[in-house]
Amino acid sequence: MVEQNNMDMSIRIAHKDAATTASTSPSTTLKAEVKGLDFWYGDNQALKNINMRIDESRVTALIGPSGCGKSTYLRCFNRMHDLQDNTRYGGEILFQPDGVNILARSVDPIEVRMRIGMVFQKPNPFPKSIFENVAYGLRVRGQKNRSEIADRVEQALREASIWDEVRERLEDMAFNLSGGQQQRLCIARALATEPELLLFDEPTSALDPNATANIEDLIHRLKEKVTILIVTHNMQQAARVSDYTAFMYLGELIEFGATRGVFTNPAKKQTEDYITGRYG
Amino acid sequence: MTLNKNDLRRHLSGQFNAELDAIIGQVQSMGRLVLDQLRDALKALELNDGELAVQVIARDAEVNQLELGLDEACRDMLVQRQPAAGDLRLVFAVIKVVMDIERMGDLAKRVAKAALESSGAPQRQFGSTIATLGASVLALSEKALAAFVAFDGVAAAAIKQEDRLIDERCKAITADLQSFIAEQPEATGGALQLIWAARSLERFGDHAKNVAEYIFYAVYGKELRHMSDEERAQWVAAA
Repeated sequence: MVEQNNMDMSIRIAHKDAATTASTSPSTTLKAEVKGLDFWYGDNQALKNINMRIDESRVTALIGPSGCGKSTYLRCFNRMHDLQDNTRYGGEILFQPDGVNILARSVDPIEVRMRIGMVFQKPNPFPKSIFENVAYGLRVRGQKNRSEIADRVEQALREASIWDEVRERLEDMAFNLSGGQQQRLCIARALATEPELLLFDEPTSALDPNATANIEDLIHRLKEKVTILIVTHNMQQAARVSDYTAFMYLGELIEFGATRGVFTNPAKKQTEDYITGRYG
Repeated sequence: MTLNKNDLRRHLSGQFNAELDAIIGQVQSMGRLVLDQLRDALKALELNDGELAVQVIARDAEVNQLELGLDEACRDMLVQRQPAAGDLRLVFAVIKVVMDIERMGDLAKRVAKAALESSGAPQRQFGSTIATLGASVLALSEKALAAFVAFDGVAAAAIKQEDRLIDERCKAITADLQSFIAEQPEATGGALQLIWAARSLERFGDHAKNVAEYIFYAVYGKELRHMSDEERAQWVAAA
């Protein structure tokens, strides 16, 4: 179960409530619309009335101090909290183009994770070969044709900019790769099933500067293909890789706007204090 | 988000606060030195004091040294602190302002050179006019530097209008000097030096105006450079 949640399967499924699409009239650039999102761990409200839009083919960064709710928010997108007892969502995340509310009880979280992939802080390859790590999601979704699986694995590894480094050793264990390579392998694994939205939870915090630069370049290239939502503690990284930045504090969305504006002339004092190191 | 001077000392890192304070202090020192240079150059021109003019020319090296020091401090700030938002705008403004102040130093030197080479009839006829223009430029430049040091965006916005008046006065003086040359061609050398001095003063004022524009940008995150008078008035009223 955990393994399934840590990987990405993107079989597109026609949701029962897809008929709501017409009423939401999504713009062509809108990928997801967050409406009045609340989240509780027991009695503790971790997210408070978040309203935000996620644009398609763009990178949106979530920044804020530890405990502000940014990782909690990110994990709402693929229903990760469903694995924990005594948690509760409020509000909606309308995922486009069909406008399905991915938080609705009627929507199977496994189906959500098929459309929304996730890459974690520490690389977490499966104890399998490089090839099988990427092929795993394809097999789970029922793909059996070996040739098609091989083609898709190669394509995903190329998209994750790791193909040239592993093409001669696809049967080696994934753990033999460096940390940076393992992280790109995890990105390839996520890409193999063609997700529509990719969630990155501090994807470079365990990597050295070179590996970090590789991942950042990769994020820049990937956004043409997949919408990206990234949590990072590194504000320079948010400034480098994202088109939009959201600043969160104590479970609230304080400011959300174009990254250049947020980092050169934020509208809210709390944002200014945080990004200039005056927070505290 | 408007940048207030008090914000400079609110970083969690006391060292960061100290470094920003030091940079602003250095800009102030460099600006004061350049204003002293112009004051002395004008005095040398008015009193035909060659010795003082030579001192001004020699002291320009100090201005250049301060420029190099500030360049280094700003480079270090970018590398070590990666400033953002108001801090970034401030460091960006300092980098630009330092270039303007260095050019103001060069122009003060140019006025001192005119003092060395100008004498006789042109000086007697136009000396007081140039001195008045110089006093206006000095006053405007002092306001610009004070606005920068105080992060006073409103005062900075007003300087643009004052600079226009100086430009007009300089044009008039230049035209008068050209007429003078036509009437007394034997005094062409001395008159040309005064034209150079007047143009240097006009350019000095332009750079002072730039200083004001950059602190306006640092404070409000808004470009004053190409703003219409109406828009500027609206900003000042809102501030």
